[in-house]
Amino acid sequence: MSTNPAILAKDLVVGYGAERVVEGITLSLLPGQALALVGTNGSGKSTLLKTLLGLIPSVGGSLEVLQGVPGSRPKRIAYLRQAHGAHFVVPIRAIEVVRMGRFASLGLLGRRSDHDRQLVLDAMAHMEIADLAEQPLQSLSGGQQQRVYLAQVLAHDADLLVLDEPTSGLDMGGRERYLALVDAARARGAAVVTATHDIGEAAACDQVLLLNRRIVAQGPPSEVLQAERLLETFGITLQGIEHGTHSDFIIGERPHGHDHPH
Amino acid sequence: MSWFIAPFADNEFMRLSLLAGLLVAVLCAVAGTFVVLRGLAFIGDALAHGVLPGVAGALLLGVPGILGAAVGSAVMIIGVTFVTNRSGLSSDTAIGLLFVGMLALGVIIVSRSDSFNGDIVRILFGEILGIRTANIWLLAVATLVIVAGVALFYRPFLLLSFDPEQADVSGFSSRRYHAIMLAMVAATVVVSFQAVGTLLVFGMLIAPAGAGALLARRVGAMIAWAIGIGSVSVYIGLLLSYHYDFSAGATVVFVTVCAFFIVLTIQAIRGGRIRNRISVAGAA
Repeated sequence: MSTNPAILAKDLVVGYGAERVVEGITLSLLPGQALALVGTNGSGKSTLLKTLLGLIPSVGGSLEVLQGVPGSRPKRIAYLRQAHGAHFVVPIRAIEVVRMGRFASLGLLGRRSDHDRQLVLDAMAHMEIADLAEQPLQSLSGGQQQRVYLAQVLAHDADLLVLDEPTSGLDMGGRERYLALVDAARARGAAVVTATHDIGEAAACDQVLLLNRRIVAQGPPSEVLQAERLLETFGITLQGIEHGTHSDFIIGERPHGHDHPH
Repeated sequence: MSWFIAPFADNEFMRLSLLAGLLVAVLCAVAGTFVVLRGLAFIGDALAHGVLPGVAGALLLGVPGILGAAVGSAVMIIGVTFVTNRSGLSSDTAIGLLFVGMLALGVIIVSRSDSFNGDIVRILFGEILGIRTANIWLLAVATLVIVAGVALFYRPFLLLSFDPEQADVSGFSSRRYHAIMLAMVAATVVVSFQAVGTLLVFGMLIAPAGAGALLARRVGAMIAWAIGIGSVSVYIGLLLSYHYDFSAGATVVFVTVCAFFIVLTIQAIRGGRIRNRISVAGAA
């Protein structure tokens, strides 16, 4: 396992052109580590992810991704974008979407090897969608589609996983498969960055960046995911429930004086 | 049976027309599939009309119309890119401006011609019955190039159609492959206009591919359906025009559009899930 950071940012400023969305991001994410970006909609999570991917340029500071400039290592980075919705018109089966995860490695004309095929089949088996392989993507439910996209990420066999709201639309079984996917990726040395509203998922990461168009807090989950900070960021309280090694969190009521108890 | 065969068996011009039409059907099906999948119908339409001043200018100057068409489509693409990048307006607005401007310029140029009506009709609706062997060769080469291009760029084109961000992250620049896709659409329009005209080539681009999208589960199957529907439409269109003395190019394109609506209707009757998200449905 390499000891070079998968992501190295110093005083990074992300945004769109002149608009600075989040400033002063300094972080180092090692192989096998996971970073959760937690914040409300519009807090800068997706902007930071797109900057890491090289989809938009950084506004200031320095950023290295897999020891290169962002966007220069497509074979080694897998990306799950926010849930697609059903706006696409491409007639495509689930297995073909998963196969797209191999395109970066195969390039324009590279022939699929047995290894490529096996990665695709294993990824679909892991996400428990092998029986959906021949189904048109559009005929699948939102949660099934999300499993297909996660299988695509897994099939990429990447060193860095960049995931935007990966548990969106997943049922309990899907969420379990996703958490197992992340654990397996980390075990083989991949770094993971996930933008999430799922506090339970964030709590399982090594680092948490709490965002609200600025850095509210940064550090290990036990320090960052504290009641007053979550209240500041989300306006909610959370109640933790221990499940062996994992904790699930339930969103509590906003403790405003005028709120009436149910 | 002779009703179906004789027009082609007895007339060389009909055989050449059929061959040209079939090549246009293949060419437009392949390029049109990505026009439909990428939602490029408006730019495709604009390109088809944008070549008008180029063709008209070429006619006046006595140079091959295809050269003028190539210049016209290049001006169109460069103009749309320039307006979109410099003005901050949406590409729809840029396309609309160039589209109308080029169309108007084309008519102005043609109006300087001694045979205005003949020229404008020939440019807009094509001369499929006047196709020469040289046109066939050009169409055949163009078809080979476009089919090879789509085979070569299939992965980035698929990613681009599915999710441009995913294309960029996978190392296939969405900007570069979008430009290549546009160039292919432009080339298709340029070589096809002599057969079906600048006005009608757009129909060949989107109607068979739109019908293919309704029927197919895979992009490859969509292309195959589009080729099949386009080819049958060409044959039926030429037959109808021969027997009933209709305008040949217009009949061919009308039949392709009818084929789209027939497929749509059958899907609806069978209760099949019609992908109402297909943007081309409204345009067709």
